[in-house]
Amino acid sequence: MIRIINNLGRGTLDSLAKLGRSALFLTHAVTGITEILPRPRLLTKQLYFVGVLTFLIIVISGLFVGMVLGLQGYYTLSDFGAEESLGIMVAASLVRELGPVVAGLLFAGRAGSALTAEIGLMKATEQLSGMEMMAVDPIKRIITPRFYAGFISLPLLAALFSAVGVLGGQTVGVTLLGVDDGAFWSQMQAKLDFYDDIMNGIIKSIVFGFVASWIALFEGYDTIPTSEGVSRATTRTVVNSSFAILGLDFLLTAMMFGDN
Amino acid sequence: MQQSKTLELLVGLFVAFGIVALFFLAMHVSNLNPLAAEAGYTITARFENTGGLKIKSPVNIAGVRIGRVSDIYFDLESYESVVEMRIEEQYKTLPDDTSASILTAGLLGEQYVGLTAGGSDEFLEDGGTIDFTQSALVLESLIGQFLYQNKSESKQE
Repeated sequence: MIRIINNLGRGTLDSLAKLGRSALFLTHAVTGITEILPRPRLLTKQLYFVGVLTFLIIVISGLFVGMVLGLQGYYTLSDFGAEESLGIMVAASLVRELGPVVAGLLFAGRAGSALTAEIGLMKATEQLSGMEMMAVDPIKRIITPRFYAGFISLPLLAALFSAVGVLGGQTVGVTLLGVDDGAFWSQMQAKLDFYDDIMNGIIKSIVFGFVASWIALFEGYDTIPTSEGVSRATTRTVVNSSFAILGLDFLLTAMMFGDN
Repeated sequence: MQQSKTLELLVGLFVAFGIVALFFLAMHVSNLNPLAAEAGYTITARFENTGGLKIKSPVNIAGVRIGRVSDIYFDLESYESVVEMRIEEQYKTLPDDTSASILTAGLLGEQYVGLTAGGSDEFLEDGGTIDFTQSALVLESLIGQFLYQNKSESKQE
């Protein structure tokens, strides 16, 4: 009995300590921007690894999600004779929800796991301690560019996802199923608001980019420096980022769209 | 060196694509037009009942959308609701005896404000009020009226 209480207490303290470590880590990484401003090439390189390499999976998934939305929406809406609303349905669901969320999940799976594995292996092979020996701050030099790269990439990727998705929905709805092209776009433009819908979607993706990069980098930095530790950290990154994205999405949606 | 040039180019392309996507969403999907939001003038109309009218509902005249509802509030002095409408700049010459009614697009569609032009030579100005209004038809009260009529008729027989 005592042991159970002991374990419970230790578990709580451990997770609190981890939370504290991650918050300190975050402030350290964010303030490291002074380190990368004079060396923009560090950021460019990470933007390539985090953003450009995720580009293809985002575009292809966006296209297919949009096409499926077009198809499913058409069959449901045509029951009510409201096929013209297909455009608004596809665009609203992509811009408000699917764009930021699915792009965030794909980002966590594609880029987040790679970041964790990279940082974790750097730690396991003592590259990070090596940098410290040379009086180079590894967080500022290694973590900060990756953090800002993720933070910048995800909003762009989410916007791409939504845009390609709308075009995919248009391809299926207008070209294949024969919804009127004018009605498809005009209903969409009449009902979607730039500030209420698109800006809110972008804010969501900025928050997701922040959280997903934070989790991925911290798990990598905090990993137990063995091959098993790295593999666990990678798994934790994907699981925790997905939870964080979905949970935050609910909160943000309740805050943004709650009052109308 | 060559390697890092291609890398920079790819990153540049990626960022450019992202920004193009944002612009596409802003301009083509949501029809953001910063000029249209600025130009225009506001008129108000008082209704007994606005039904399901919402902020941003369309304002139509002869089936053409010329503006949007910008605000709806309840006036405690006259116990009426006041609907503020933002009309686009190019439709400046609405007669001041224009009438407004709250209509429904289709049987289950959304509600909008329908304007009917009058014959006056004076025009509505910014902040002007539409005096002739017709409230929204509330389906329940219509059915209620109909049932009540039927009942009283059958009693008389």
